[in-house]
Amino acid sequence: MQDLGIQVLFRGNNFLRLLEGMWAALRIALIAMALSVLLGFLFGMLMTIHNRAIQCISRIYLETVRIMPQLVLLFLVYFGAAKHMGVNLSGEMASILVFTFWGTAEMGDLVRSALIAVPTHQYESGAALGMKKWQTYFYIVIPQSVRRLLPSAVSLLTRMIKTTSLVVLIGVVEVVKVGKQIIDASRYTNPKAALWVYGAIFLLYFAVCFPFSKLAAVLERKLAE
Amino acid sequence: MKKKLLSMLLVAGVLTGILTGCGLTETGSSKEEGTFATQNTAQARTIAEIKEEGKIRIGVFSDKNPFGYVDENGEVQGYDVYFAKRLAKDLLGSEDAVEFVYVEAANRVEYLQAGKVDVILANFTVTEERSEKVDFALPYMKVALGVVSPDGAQITDVEQLKDKTLIVVKGTTAETYFEKNYPEVKLLKFDEYQEAYDALLDGRGDAFSTDNTEVLAWAIIHDGYTVGITSLGELETIAPAVQKGNTELRDWINEEIIVLAEEQFFHQNFEETLKPVYGEDVDPDSLVVEGGVVE
Repeated sequence: MQDLGIQVLFRGNNFLRLLEGMWAALRIALIAMALSVLLGFLFGMLMTIHNRAIQCISRIYLETVRIMPQLVLLFLVYFGAAKHMGVNLSGEMASILVFTFWGTAEMGDLVRSALIAVPTHQYESGAALGMKKWQTYFYIVIPQSVRRLLPSAVSLLTRMIKTTSLVVLIGVVEVVKVGKQIIDASRYTNPKAALWVYGAIFLLYFAVCFPFSKLAAVLERKLAE
Repeated sequence: MKKKLLSMLLVAGVLTGILTGCGLTETGSSKEEGTFATQNTAQARTIAEIKEEGKIRIGVFSDKNPFGYVDENGEVQGYDVYFAKRLAKDLLGSEDAVEFVYVEAANRVEYLQAGKVDVILANFTVTEERSEKVDFALPYMKVALGVVSPDGAQITDVEQLKDKTLIVVKGTTAETYFEKNYPEVKLLKFDEYQEAYDALLDGRGDAFSTDNTEVLAWAIIHDGYTVGITSLGELETIAPAVQKGNTELRDWINEEIIVLAEEQFFHQNFEETLKPVYGEDVDPDSLVVEGGVVE
């Protein structure tokens, strides 16, 4: 009974395991986010094209992603693909796919609104200077929209990091799962471990997400100059 | 243009998924799922294939002490794990020839159907409904349901639960038992055991029900909580499960269980893994099943 709850964090490899779990979660979110930014830019530009068919399809894609809970998507890709198509993905691979599928839609919508927020005369000025379409985008429009995009993109990233706690259901051992394992393993010796373990997990999430918001704020200021 | 094609494909994929994926909610729609299951199951590995790879994949719990849990050094331990290692030793010659896959109560069936594990040894209670989706081997343990509640408001009879909130874990026997037999009991469901216990400790429910082994062990170390109902529902058995139709592997496990009875393997297992938790008070014969024979 003299055993303080906090000791559970430092017994054996427990703390290292928590860090590994955090890294597993972060890795999924970062890779998915990198892919989402790339694909999201393309998707966002596509959505600004005035074409009925394209707009309709993008709309369906976007709404599907928003309506479907991520958990359902995870199950579909991890178990569904193995059952129906014989595609046996690892849990991490499936998570990255689903998060990218989700992130691309969200990112695309953000890019779209950032692009249409750039005044038409900017596009016209580019054309007047004899720039090709891609040059107008690359040198004029995209640099202006990036600044508008940053805050919401970072909030998407932190949302992604937090949503990784779902991937445990397809067998990826991430930080929350490691925490539960530690709590469970010590539940006969240290029933009060939960508070400390969850506290540590909270701090880990904070330590990961806070620098990203800070970085975004700094970049935003820099780009504004 | 490529992007358009891709998103079309993705949307189409998701839509077909919606049609077939409903089964993963696990509670209702099992009839529909049953008809799909037989034709839409990934092929399980044969024993020859397992031997070729040199590793058997076994699904175990990683947070259900003392049956399957991860110790402070990151090693998986427990009654189910002890048996899993023995299976690996007798099939492949080494008790390290096993790849442990950590499963949750709610996705055990999915893991087998998707061919992602060869065997599930995750405290899997044999039920009729589950037998339609997976094939069980001979049992190696037996349990009934137990109900644990705070001493101040002891629940000693099921009738007392009327209009009260009972905590259960999704996908467990307790969930189906109460839904079927006591629909007037309000159920508060969680995905994981840890969350369920936390809810009980926080007073979000009046009692918690799951296998009696589980609640007995828990009540021992939690002052102020007692298992008021120690045996509820039918006596049920816990058995290894393989994919539906994988008779080759099931038969091998059955033979193994029968052979192991000669050395009273599961009593040894009890001594090693369960006794340290339950103490002297629990009679091994009330939990352990040798040779698949339930008295």
